[in-house]
Order: sequence, then structure tokens, then C-alpha cells
Amino acid sequence: MNYLLKRILAVIPVLAVVAVIVFLLLHLAPGDPAVIIGGDTASAEDIERIRQTLGLNRPLPEQFFHWVGQVVQGNLGTSVFTGMPVAEMIMQRVEPTLWISALTMLFAVTFAVPMGILAAWKAGTWFDRAISGLAVASFSLPVFVIGYALVYGFSTHLGWFPVQGFKSLSDGFGPFIRHLALPVISGGLIYMALLARMTRSTMLEVLGEDYIRTARAKGLSTPRLLLRHALKNAAVPIVTTIGLGIAMLLSGVIVTESVFAIPGIGRLTVDSILRRDYPVIQGIVLVTATAYVVINLVTDLLYGLFDPRIRY
Amino acid sequence: MRMPTSFRTSILSACLLSATVFIGQPVFAVTIHMIPQGDLKILDPIQNPGYITRNHGYMIYDTLFAQNAAGVIKPQMVEAWKVSADKKSWSFKLRDGLKWSDGSPVRAADCVASLKRWGAKDVSGRLLFAAIGDIKAVDASNFSITLKEPFGPVLEMLGKPSSNVPFMMPERIAATDPNEQIKETIGSGPFAFKRDEWVPGSKVVYVKNPHYVPRKEPSDGLAGGKVVKVDRVEWNYIPDQNTALTAFRNGEMDIYELPPADFIPTLTADTNIKLAADPLGNQGWLRPNHLAAPFDNPKARQALYYLVNQGEYLAAAGFPEAYRHKTCMAYFMCGSVNESSAGAAPYGGGKDLEKARKLLQEAGYKGEKIVVLTPSEPPVQAAAAMVTVQNLKKAGVNVEAQAMDWSTLLARRAKKDGWHIFHTFSVGADVFSPAVNAYAQANCDKAPSGWPCDSKLEELRAAWVAEGDASKRKTITDELQKRMYEVVPYVNFGQFFQPMAYRKTLSGVLNVGVPVMWNIEKK
Repeated sequence: MNYLLKRILAVIPVLAVVAVIVFLLLHLAPGDPAVIIGGDTASAEDIERIRQTLGLNRPLPEQFFHWVGQVVQGNLGTSVFTGMPVAEMIMQRVEPTLWISALTMLFAVTFAVPMGILAAWKAGTWFDRAISGLAVASFSLPVFVIGYALVYGFSTHLGWFPVQGFKSLSDGFGPFIRHLALPVISGGLIYMALLARMTRSTMLEVLGEDYIRTARAKGLSTPRLLLRHALKNAAVPIVTTIGLGIAMLLSGVIVTESVFAIPGIGRLTVDSILRRDYPVIQGIVLVTATAYVVINLVTDLLYGLFDPRIRY
Repeated sequence: MRMPTSFRTSILSACLLSATVFIGQPVFAVTIHMIPQGDLKILDPIQNPGYITRNHGYMIYDTLFAQNAAGVIKPQMVEAWKVSADKKSWSFKLRDGLKWSDGSPVRAADCVASLKRWGAKDVSGRLLFAAIGDIKAVDASNFSITLKEPFGPVLEMLGKPSSNVPFMMPERIAATDPNEQIKETIGSGPFAFKRDEWVPGSKVVYVKNPHYVPRKEPSDGLAGGKVVKVDRVEWNYIPDQNTALTAFRNGEMDIYELPPADFIPTLTADTNIKLAADPLGNQGWLRPNHLAAPFDNPKARQALYYLVNQGEYLAAAGFPEAYRHKTCMAYFMCGSVNESSAGAAPYGGGKDLEKARKLLQEAGYKGEKIVVLTPSEPPVQAAAAMVTVQNLKKAGVNVEAQAMDWSTLLARRAKKDGWHIFHTFSVGADVFSPAVNAYAQANCDKAPSGWPCDSKLEELRAAWVAEGDASKRKTITDELQKRMYEVVPYVNFGQFFQPMAYRKTLSGVLNVGVPVMWNIEKK
């Protein structure tokens, strides 16, 4: 409990540093939302007036402390373009991103772990080589190439899945899963490859241990040997990879979201950066940084479950 | 054994419910799905002149006057109007029964407040309001305008078809500072905005406005009866153009507002799709910085004309020949009422690098670095910048193409130094007259980026708007264009047509340069 409290308290300075860096990077980078709002026909006078109404003409430290003051009160501010609260904009985008991330990871784990175990068990055989080849191919192909190929095959040609968009679970399970199937497969292949390789190598190491030989000599069945004895001991690096994968997915999902026009956090981030919507970018970075810290914490705590020697 | 009826009913209900959950909610509303040209992020069509915001304006707001397909101004919210013999006193009566989408009545005071806000922001609105001595509501449905000096195109300005369009809003909303975004979206237009379903960056939803009272006349351009024949319109923004094209061709979308030029042949070949381009088209602009040497000298700006072959620019942007105008030297669009060839003769021969080089030398250019702001997108601007860079190099200019995203370009060009040339384009409705063409302004600091400064040009623009007689205005247009070729506020790099694509399941689509959703039926 003491450890947990310390880890949670450690989040505060991390977020403070992130907030300062992001604020400075954004405001010192070229670009100005006022000129975008003013449009093609705006005069210098118009732009200055817009800057004034948005508070962008105030000194940077004043803008920073105003924003921090809002954040401390639980208010992430308001988008300078849409006029919507940043928290609301983020909330609108959380569901698609969480579903894609969760299902992508589920897809990857479901296929990768058995593939990795079997590849290790059958090391050196054609099966192992096939799995390794598949993994290399999945690593090498960019997500957008896989995405377009899947769309061509399953949407344009066969008409089984829609080309783009997202449907919430509340719209029905059918539409929900039909819209997510292709994004999940295209985004999940790379993680499947990563996890399969990691599972194979850690399992290979464990399968060479003395206690495995002993267990085998005692007549333990292969499934029991692989799942109960080998996999459990190989789990720590696999869990680490899954944790890292989830964290990578949160930022890497942007490509999947763009190819399939899914309104997730990734696209909101890119759109906000392109139009210099400072409050939205700052809000997303804070929320994402918090999510990363939580994922790391959960991963650390999970180590204890698989390896009782690890205690905090 | 027979199951009890209630039990069977429960099972049947559960099965139906499960089926509904699996298949999805039944949707009976007739919905048009459109891929818009961009993401709607700003809801105020007065504060922001962006075309996507203008299009949103046409969905939920109405105008006092509107342009029909022949370019004639017709009454829209106005029932009748009168003008005095000296053309200085105007009175307007609103149609009976007009209501805002919240059900409250439209009042003359609302229109006065809306016009004032528009007049503080729009290029032509500013011209009109400079001539207005008094504007006031007479009673609930009548208002008047008294001019302190003559102003010719009063109705043309009130029925201005493109940015900024004088949309009418309730007085409390129109009272917002024009540089601040409005917070409510209440209009008296054919649709109502569903704010609760708006997902910026993804989806905009409109439903039929139950309080809208269309005119009795049939639809005609932007004028006439705006009869809505569907229940709902969704704009589904798809940032990736390949995905947009596939979704559209697969039938997931009904309208693709502005497909990139290189998709035109594919779309033309698809038998399920129709293309419709605004007959006036768009005009490409190469804008020099009039404050930065050598372009502070008119000879250097004139030299730019000798670098331009319009066909080369439009081909680089991907437009098939059928979607390019033949070389057009009219500053106020070929095919418009203000088309003129005055002053263009010296440049009619097309690209002449030698002449360009000579003029640049005469302007005192000695090999200093010329910075061309080169965006990675949008595609037309990106291609145009690359062509200019190549031609400048061929003319012996020391040129630097500075690559950047569009937002950075906007910020860079707002600064008066550090750049020499950028490119953009505008729809014909925003170019076709000296009153609406923002880049024809030469009022120094008050002009958009590039800041042309020429008192004679400004005098001619003022004379044009003051003139009520069409033939006299034509003479002024010719003089104005001659002066523009001397001053070169910008170089026209070509007139082109960007079609809207729609599926043949739709009928009644109006080809007016704005994706309006009234009059459309969906099979």
C-alpha cells in the first residue's frame, strides 16, 4: 500500500514536467490559431483582435498559470475552435480508442501467445519457421498498407465490412464488431508478431531449464507442462511486452484511426496539432501521460502475480 | 407440453431484442451522408470565412436575399422592398411567419443586428456599412437602411453568395463581438444543427427544421423555396482521401463534396456516380509580398506574370483538361458579369522567362534569396508552389522553397517579413466583383497578407461600388483591371472547376457551388 501511494504521488511531478514542456513547445512552435480562425481574408488588425479575444496576446507565463489554475480545479479548458470543453472532446474520443486498443491487444494476445508457445515447442521445425516468417512479414508491413489491402479485399471486393467509421456498442453488437474488425486486424498484426517472437524466445529459454526436464521425466502431459510450468515462468517479459504494447497502441493507433476514419484520441491529437488548438493538445497530453503512468503501475503490480518473488 | 403464452412471448421478445442488438438499431429516417471538404471546427460563419463554416451556415441560417442560378438577386427572407428615387433610402419587409429553429419569431431587429455584425467583418460588408448612415428596425417585420453616399450593389451585397455570407441570427446572438465566436446555433434556415451529436473531427448532424417556412417558388440557385425532402443530413469527415473515395464508391456515402483532382477520372468512369462543378469555378492566386524587395517594386510583380502558364499550374494540380478553363486573364473571373480583358494584352503571350528576368533586373533584383512558402497540402496550393519555384529557378532567381504545413504557412504569411510568395485559391463567388474580391484590395495594412497599397486602385474600387448603373460599372471594371495589371495585387494562376460527386440514388441536387441539401430526394 505504501508502495502504491508512493507511485501515485510520483505521478504529480511527472505531470508537472510534462505540462511545462508541452506548453512551452506548443507556444514556441510556429503557428497561430488566430490566423486560422481569421481565414484567407483577415487583415493584421482582424487577427490581432481575434488573438485578444482568445487571450493569446497575454504574456506566456500568465497564459500558463491561467491554464494550470484551471487544471487544478479539474477544468482542462475550452477548445479555441469549437468552443467545446476539452474534457468533453476527449470523452467523445475515448470510447473508439479504448475499444480499438483493447480488441487489438486481445486479438494479438489470443493468436500470439499460442503461436509463440508452439513455435518454441517445435523449435527448428517448418512450423517454427512459418511462425517466424509470418512475424517478420507482419513487422515489415506498415499498418496503412495492411489496412488498405484488407479494405480492398473485404470491403470493396467482398462487401463484408464497411470501409470506415465507428459504431458504438449501444448501436448493436453487429455494427460495432463489423466496423472494428478490419481496424483491429490491421493494427493487431504487428503486436501479434511482437508478442509471438517474445513468447517464443522466453519459452525457449524456460523450456531448457532443469525443472522442465524433471517435469517431463515425471510424465507430465505436454499441455500441462507448457501452460502450467513453462508459460507461467516465462510470463514476466510477456506481460511487460503487453504493457508496452498497450502504451504504444494509445499513441500508435492514429494510423489505424486515420485509415479507417475512426474518431479516436489519436486523430483528435493530430487534428489539434495541425490547427494549433493549444488547450486540446495540452489536455490530451496530460490525460495520455496519466494513462501511461497508470499502465506502467498496473504492469509492475502484475509482475507479483506471476512471480511471487517480486514484492514491493 | 405447451409453453405458457407469456413465456413464449418473453422468449420471442428476447429473440427480437437480441436480433436488434446484433443487427443494430433500425433506422427509418432518410439520411444523406456527405463527405465534407474539411472538418467543421468553427460554427460562426461571420467570425470565420472558411468554406466549411459557410456551408454550415447555409444549412441552418437563411439570408435576406439570394442569388439564383442566373446570378440574379432574388428576395429570400424578405417579402418586399422599396428604394427611394435617389437610391439612398431602402426599406425592407420580412415574410410573415418566419421563425428561428427554437420556435421564436424572426424580428426586423434580429436582421439589423445580424447585418451590423456582418458589416463589421466582411470585405463587402465593410464597404456597404461605410456608405450606411443609419440602419434600424421600424417595427417587428420592417427595417430600413439610409445611405449617406450612393452605393450601387446594395442588394448584391445583402444576397452575397459566399464568404462571409450575411446570414441572419437572433439579435442576442448577433450582439456577439464579431471577432468572438457565437455560442448558440439558432438559425431560421432549412435545417437545425444537432449540437449533442456533433463530434468535431468526425461527424456533424443536421435535422429538418420543423419551424422553417420555405418560399413558394421552386428552388433556383441559392434562391427560391428551400424545401427539405430528407429527415437528416450527416457530414462524415474522412481525412484520408483514399478511404473517402472507397467509402463513397462503396455506397457508404452519398455525396463527396470535393474529391481531389486526381480522382476525377476514376469518378467519371463510375456509372453510379455523377459529377457537378460550379460553372464559375475557382481562381488560383499567386500572392507576392508587396512589402518585401524586390516585390515592393511593381516591375518585379509584373515579372511574375511572365512566369505563369496557367495550363502548367492546373495540370500540376491534377485537373483533367475538361475541368480547366482555357487561359483566363480576367481578374474577376471568366464567365462572370465582370469578365474583362482590359490591361491583359502584354501578358497574353504566356510564359516568357526572358522578359521576367529583364523586369526583375529593372526592379533592382540582384540575386537575393526569394522565399516561397510551400505547403505540403492542400494539393492545389502545394502543386502551385512547386511550379512557381521551378519557374523562378529557370528565370535565374535564387529561390528557397520553405516546406511547411498549412497552419504554419498561415502564421508565416501573417508576418510582414520573412517571405516573398504564397499561393491560395478562392471560389468564383468570392472573386467575381471588385466588391467581394478580398485580394483585389489595395488598402495597405487593412488588406490581407501581401498588403498591396495603391490609392488609385482603392479609388476605383470605391467608384465601382458607388456606381448603380451597370454599363458605367463595366467601364470602371475595365479601368480597375488595367490598374490591377499595373499594380499586380496577385497573379491569377488559372481558373479551374472542382466538381462535387454524388451517387445517382440522389435526385434534385443543386449545382450552385455550395453543397446545399434542400431539394434533394434519396431513393
